[in-house]
Amino acid sequence: MSNQCKCNCGGKSNAFTQLDEILSKYQNTKGALIPVLQEAQSAYGYLAREVVDYIAEKMNIPVSQIYGVVTFYSQFHLNPRGKNIIRVCQGTACHVRGAKAILKAVEDNLKIAAGETTSDLNFTLETVACLGACGLAPVMMVNDDTHGRLTPEGITEILDKYR
Amino acid sequence: MEHIRSHVLICSGTGCVSSGSKKVHAALQEKLAQKGLDKEVKLVETGCHGFCEMGPLVIVYPEGVFYVRVQEEDVTDIVENHLYKGRIVERLLYKEPISLEKVPNYSDIPFYKKQMRMVLANCGHIDPEAIEEYIALDGYQALGQVLSEMKPEEVIEEVKKAGLRGRGGGGFPTGLKWGFTRSAPGDKKYVVCNADEGDPGAFMDRSVLEGDPHRVIEGMAVCGYAIGADEGYIYVRAEYPLAIKRLKIAIKQAMEIGLLGENILGSGFNFKVKIKEGAGAFVCGEETALLASIEGKRGMPRPRPPFPAVSGLWGKPTNINNVETFANVPQIITKGSEWYAAIGTEGSKGTKVFALTGRINHTGLAEVPMGITMREIIYEIGGGIPNGKKFKAVQIGGPSGGCLPEQLLDLPVDYDSLIKVGAMMGSGGLVVMDETTCMVDLAKFFLTFTQSESCGKCTPCREGTKRMLEILTRITEGQGRVGDIELLETMARNIKATALCGLGQTAPNPVLSTLKYFRHEYEAHINDKKCPAGACAKLAGYNITDLCKGCSLCKKACPVDAITGVVKSQHEIDQTKCIKCGTCLTKCPFKAIIKG
Ligand SMILES: Cc1cc2nc3c(=O)[nH]c(=O)nc-3n(C[C@H](O)[C@H](O)[C@H](O)COP(=O)(O)O)c2cc1C
Ligand code: FES
Repeated sequence: MSNQCKCNCGGKSNAFTQLDEILSKYQNTKGALIPVLQEAQSAYGYLAREVVDYIAEKMNIPVSQIYGVVTFYSQFHLNPRGKNIIRVCQGTACHVRGAKAILKAVEDNLKIAAGETTSDLNFTLETVACLGACGLAPVMMVNDDTHGRLTPEGITEILDKYR
Repeated sequence: MEHIRSHVLICSGTGCVSSGSKKVHAALQEKLAQKGLDKEVKLVETGCHGFCEMGPLVIVYPEGVFYVRVQEEDVTDIVENHLYKGRIVERLLYKEPISLEKVPNYSDIPFYKKQMRMVLANCGHIDPEAIEEYIALDGYQALGQVLSEMKPEEVIEEVKKAGLRGRGGGGFPTGLKWGFTRSAPGDKKYVVCNADEGDPGAFMDRSVLEGDPHRVIEGMAVCGYAIGADEGYIYVRAEYPLAIKRLKIAIKQAMEIGLLGENILGSGFNFKVKIKEGAGAFVCGEETALLASIEGKRGMPRPRPPFPAVSGLWGKPTNINNVETFANVPQIITKGSEWYAAIGTEGSKGTKVFALTGRINHTGLAEVPMGITMREIIYEIGGGIPNGKKFKAVQIGGPSGGCLPEQLLDLPVDYDSLIKVGAMMGSGGLVVMDETTCMVDLAKFFLTFTQSESCGKCTPCREGTKRMLEILTRITEGQGRVGDIELLETMARNIKATALCGLGQTAPNPVLSTLKYFRHEYEAHINDKKCPAGACAKLAGYNITDLCKGCSLCKKACPVDAITGVVKSQHEIDQTKCIKCGTCLTKCPFKAIIKG
């Protein structure tokens, strides 16, 4: 297997130096696969085929097993994602306070459906079941910022801050 | 030495942060420095006060004045008037919604008056990132006490006598579980804290972790001593970055001063705590799935027995408890089991933290003694239903629980009485619904959730919830058939009886309980093709009445050009074109458009 990276770093970084660091940090830790995947994803933005293959080789875990884990948890992504991650809550508290209309407003604004990424790779839109800020329902998160007491009319103003 | 004459507490729980408390903090800091007050007034960022509806919250001590919905612009007023001249800023005080009287003091606000804050005692009052503040309020005293004065068996006995039951949903007696893990053979054992809090509509665990993390760590350490474990894991959802950060700080501080680590307080007891971040799967809140996830596998539940108490993490005896359960432990030790057991009802002791959300005036967290009625929680603490709407039902226990209608509001809330009426305590999420919520749509909502969170391991849950969801979907879309209700009931019973884990076994509950109390709504959907709450889009019809002035705003707003009419005369909706989006209704300035 070649370690040539296929990301857009233009071959500047020497393949998987960052990944090697992550792997060596967890070398002697039991049950390290999930934390390794989490850190790899936060380093590379998503889990590219090459990254998964490399982790499999180094940790001596079959690729199939890693795919099993990656596809089980909603946190992991096999495709590139937008610069800004929008997570619109569709949990119970938000549902009874109009979360559907919020999601629709975001979808209309970005012209993509939940689960998709805008073609300029600026936004990825996801839904979640509860962000734990139910007191402010309806709620959405853009990256690490929580926005509460949303109205469909106010969505554009919020999204514009990330444009 | 500097002399601090005033403390200003700023809530930095997730709720208040998203309403802008960080900006308020920065503005306060700047303003105080500008006025030269920064040496005498101390700013403290605290955890959640629970009254998220009114955030950002600012409390000024020693007076204990409680300011609500404080924004950046208000900071000048607080600093110049209150902190400088000693005059309370009246306009920022909490107003009692009925009498409109201003309530300056924290403890007099109805939202807090009825509460009994034991688990949440420190939340909002201490800096969660400073271990000294927890210690100053008797923190780690319970750990000291068990290590110096009590045998592990005595600790377990004390927890048993207190009558503490698991707050994670099932209500299993905690002392009994500790006893099982202690007596399980093996010298390596684990303590695991379940902080996955997956139930949408519940956020008490988050608030405890963000506002008072040491209480949970102390509870875990006491448990570790009692069962003979030297290692603990806290499994936190990745959606809670602030909780994770505060826990990391707390663990580090406790290690530094020797309250975690080797030979704690010279007792020979070793205990360390690690954090595991969840990766986004509701089923991982189930204990066996959670353990699989810590081990780095897919988080799928497995049949029990063997219970984790016998064979848990990496096959070793493991005691799993919920965040709130652990947070109850320190006070049981310091104040004694008798004191604790005097609070609550016969079968349910102590307090429970409820998350009040949905169509209710005061959303937030309320901690009350077990046995209080739902009416007291919703009306006296929660302030009733907003916008003059009528109460319809309250959902308790999340996707595994059930709803309670108006006639059950006087039911005392405890583990056993809730089970009797077809609901359950669950995590303590209370979602209040008013007349605009459709109960069939609500059942569909919950099944959509459980169906997508089903791990797929067992057939009844994987296939059964999908089929039930299909039936509910067609009912809400006006395609319901005679016999659908009975079919739903049969399937619900079969899934409950045969699913592998709690997720599947409880998934049909919302359907069964809405059928029990709101069967007529199902019938109206199926027989009359009507949604009484007007919530199901496909069943709603929009009509323009003679209140129409012909302003044509609706016509312009309609996305499918279904509205016709000339200016200044009554418009009309073409029902065959209408997609029932409701846009026209929101645009009409004359309330001329009706739904139904
Ligand atoms: C589908 C499912 C989800 C669960 N989610 C949680 C959860 O988020 N938090 C929790 O503490 N317990 C959850 N539980 C309950 C746990 O399996 C376990 O009973 C609990 O953590 C035990 O702690 P306790 O005795 O202190 O309540 C869940 C159970 C099921 C079946
Ligand atoms: S339900 Fe939306 S934040 Fe909890």
